[in-house]
Amino acid sequence: MNRKVLAEYRYTLKPIEKGYNRRTLYVNVGTKEIKEKPVTDMMIDKFVGGKGFDLYLMWQGVKDSTKWNDPENEICISFGPLCGNTSYPGSGKSIVTTISPLTGIPVDCNVGGHFGPYTKFAGFDALELQGIAEEDVIVYIDGDTGIVKIMTAPDEKINSHILAEDLIKEFADSEDKHQFVSVVSTGEAANNVLITCLNFSFWDKRRKVARLKQAGRGGTGTVFRKKGIKALVVKYSGLKVDTNNPVDLPTLQKTGLKLHKEIEAGDDTQCRMHQVGTAHLMEIMNDYDLLPIRNFKYGQMPEAESLHSREFTALFTQGMADGCWYGCSLSCCKAVDNFKPRTGPYKGQPVCVDGPEYETAAGCGSNICAWDPRDVVEINFYCDTYGVDTISFGTSVAFVMECYENGILNKERTGGLDLSWGNTDAALELLHQMARGEGFGLTVGLGVRRMKKIFAEEFGADAQFLQDIGMEAKGLEYSQYMSKESLAQQGGYTLALKGPQHDEAWLIFMDMVNNHIPTFKDKAEALHYFPMFRTWFGLQGLCKLPWNDIEPANNAQTDEPAKVPEHVANYVDIYKAITGKPMDKKELILQSERVYNFQKVFCMRMGGGRRIDDIPPYRAVGPVTEEEYNSRAERYDKLLKEKIGVDPEGKTVAEKMDITRKFREDQYQQLVDAVYERKGWTKEGVPTLEHLKNIGMDLPEVLEVVKRFL
Amino acid sequence: MKVLKTYPEKCISCHVCETTCSSLYFKEDKAELSCIQIHDETNPPVMNVCNQCQACVAACPTCAITVNKQGVVMISRSLCIGCLMCVAVCPTDSMRTAFGKHNPFKCIACGACVKTCPADALAIVEE
Ligand code: SF4
Ligand code: SF4
Ligand code: SF4
Repeated sequence: MNRKVLAEYRYTLKPIEKGYNRRTLYVNVGTKEIKEKPVTDMMIDKFVGGKGFDLYLMWQGVKDSTKWNDPENEICISFGPLCGNTSYPGSGKSIVTTISPLTGIPVDCNVGGHFGPYTKFAGFDALELQGIAEEDVIVYIDGDTGIVKIMTAPDEKINSHILAEDLIKEFADSEDKHQFVSVVSTGEAANNVLITCLNFSFWDKRRKVARLKQAGRGGTGTVFRKKGIKALVVKYSGLKVDTNNPVDLPTLQKTGLKLHKEIEAGDDTQCRMHQVGTAHLMEIMNDYDLLPIRNFKYGQMPEAESLHSREFTALFTQGMADGCWYGCSLSCCKAVDNFKPRTGPYKGQPVCVDGPEYETAAGCGSNICAWDPRDVVEINFYCDTYGVDTISFGTSVAFVMECYENGILNKERTGGLDLSWGNTDAALELLHQMARGEGFGLTVGLGVRRMKKIFAEEFGADAQFLQDIGMEAKGLEYSQYMSKESLAQQGGYTLALKGPQHDEAWLIFMDMVNNHIPTFKDKAEALHYFPMFRTWFGLQGLCKLPWNDIEPANNAQTDEPAKVPEHVANYVDIYKAITGKPMDKKELILQSERVYNFQKVFCMRMGGGRRIDDIPPYRAVGPVTEEEYNSRAERYDKLLKEKIGVDPEGKTVAEKMDITRKFREDQYQQLVDAVYERKGWTKEGVPTLEHLKNIGMDLPEVLEVVKRFL
Repeated sequence: MKVLKTYPEKCISCHVCETTCSSLYFKEDKAELSCIQIHDETNPPVMNVCNQCQACVAACPTCAITVNKQGVVMISRSLCIGCLMCVAVCPTDSMRTAFGKHNPFKCIACGACVKTCPADALAIVEE
């Protein structure tokens, strides 16, 4: 390979102590500066690790005015003190943050693959990337010898399924050591559009391929390519059960084994993660009218039967140890082997496709009416290798298909593409255009928020209608659940700091199906607790799935089944076993609360984080069109009568829709009031000084920003 | 396939096999470190040992578990990262672990215990 070393930095290898290296790695690909930074006690106390460290480092690195494409924007990747242990399922996550090209505020993604744990064991608690390189580069961390290099990368292909594999082969010591190398990369689309992702690899020894896990949301791939980074490569060969150096290995092992056994006994009858991963949700969502169909118009259609999880189970190779990190017995990372795409540059070549996971099967399947599972697999493959986020892609394509249906778009405006519902050839062509950097794909790849503006300004479309059907908030596309009938989930989505992603709170069953949180106060409590609890995974380097996608056999009999109390106790135990620090379920929430509020203030500092940023498009709240109202007329009429106290008899659909809308929008605003109050924020969504002091996030630089808004 | 076969009706619960096994592999006379386990709460006792069924092979994420030419399931200590996933999938609870040790352990049908058993309750057989 024709590579020049542009900069080299040698560091001292030393063992990890109780989950921490106590240093981070800074790499500026523009100035070619490489250095280590100490991790202070303050950082550990206030920011813990993972997303906390990312945001703390990024806060120092950027200015109030920093845009995604400025050299000082950073990509931070951190791992957390629990990350990399091989005993407890779901312990290998990296958290990526950057100022997002879609939202202008920090975005955070939780991603599997081996890069995070290996970089941690190479010696660093976080990796901070800054600057813009003059030519394409690779950043290489050799954790076996203690060398970091910036190298030129002139020759190789960019698309991830090829690049990850090539680099693993290049940097591995020998053919039997591929599993010690991991690569972060994106794809050609990240040169051209904004709805992009990063792929984190892990070498699959049985399949002999590089598997790819996505840091999906918010356009991280575009920032990566803007920086001129082609790939990050890490090598670390010394992994053992105690590499993370826990204070109490026996407790860690015991807690892990207990969960392994629970998974072994329960997964087949609970979520079937082993067999089909998160795609097991397809029929459940369709049954409950929650599966997004036709740009979130409907939650259920008979056609969705063809995307039943049994179809995906049949496509996935069964019986493999499909964990995205060692020790994850939930093994949800399913793959379709020897898939032969029918379109595009890799047409006819056998490839291994990671997924589809639920989000992809819904977003690139039901939401755009792609009813053939193999089409979904193909879109999934090209999204991944081109570096496109399947969630934003699905929601953006669904949006343009609805615009096409309404005559806002036509063949003339789409460059000849027929964007009728279910035209998967056209959807795939949009994807190929994103990679080639041409055609209408470039517009779709800007995401829903920018498209709304373009369609209104250039095509004279009704801006209000576009606002109502364009499923984005804060600039980020919604992920794939219907929130219309769950007020709590409307909040769960739209109040999420980075934009509407389900990783802060998923309350639909609790709220809509089981009616466990009927009052505003109950909903606000849930919208406080669950986002905080789930934030903790991102501080520690953990995966959310082993928390509640497997439950202890007696979980339903506990006081608070939705919290899965036994698993919360496990987390407390493994935290103590690794770090040796005190912990209980209250301190756990408090750790999160500090970082969560810091992130909120960070959003405000970058120009977001206001109450108006927390408003959903009406499609997420209620029926936008008469067609939608009529399709569920009985439900909506009943609601008018019972909840609003209006007799639907004799009213036109338009009148009924109007009353429904006013009611629902008002309910949403009341919910926001309740949640802000519970979170310790003002009515405008600004954390109060008193609250910041109470939780211990009253750093001077934080207060300085907050005071501008009080 | 080479297997350690047990004859519980002959077993006199003297636990010599456990001493032999743990002393050989861990240099310690400790029943919990033995690959064979004699549970003498019942009569005849329960003799638990790996039957080389191979269920653990596919579960190992690092491919540390392989089957040798004689059909014996072996763990590579250099590849094992101690996740204990194999322990959870073993249908007979014969993949053994002692918390604090780095790797699980199991019977490799070496036959050392056969030689020390005073009651002929163990044998290496081809199945
Ligand atoms: S549950 Fe799935 S995503 Fe989570 S750590 Fe395990 S394999 Fe990875
Ligand atoms: S350890 Fe258990 S799973 Fe593995 S071969 Fe022996 S009996 Fe089978
Ligand atoms: S404990 Fe070792 S042998 Fe067992 S599954 Fe894990 S890595 Fe494989």
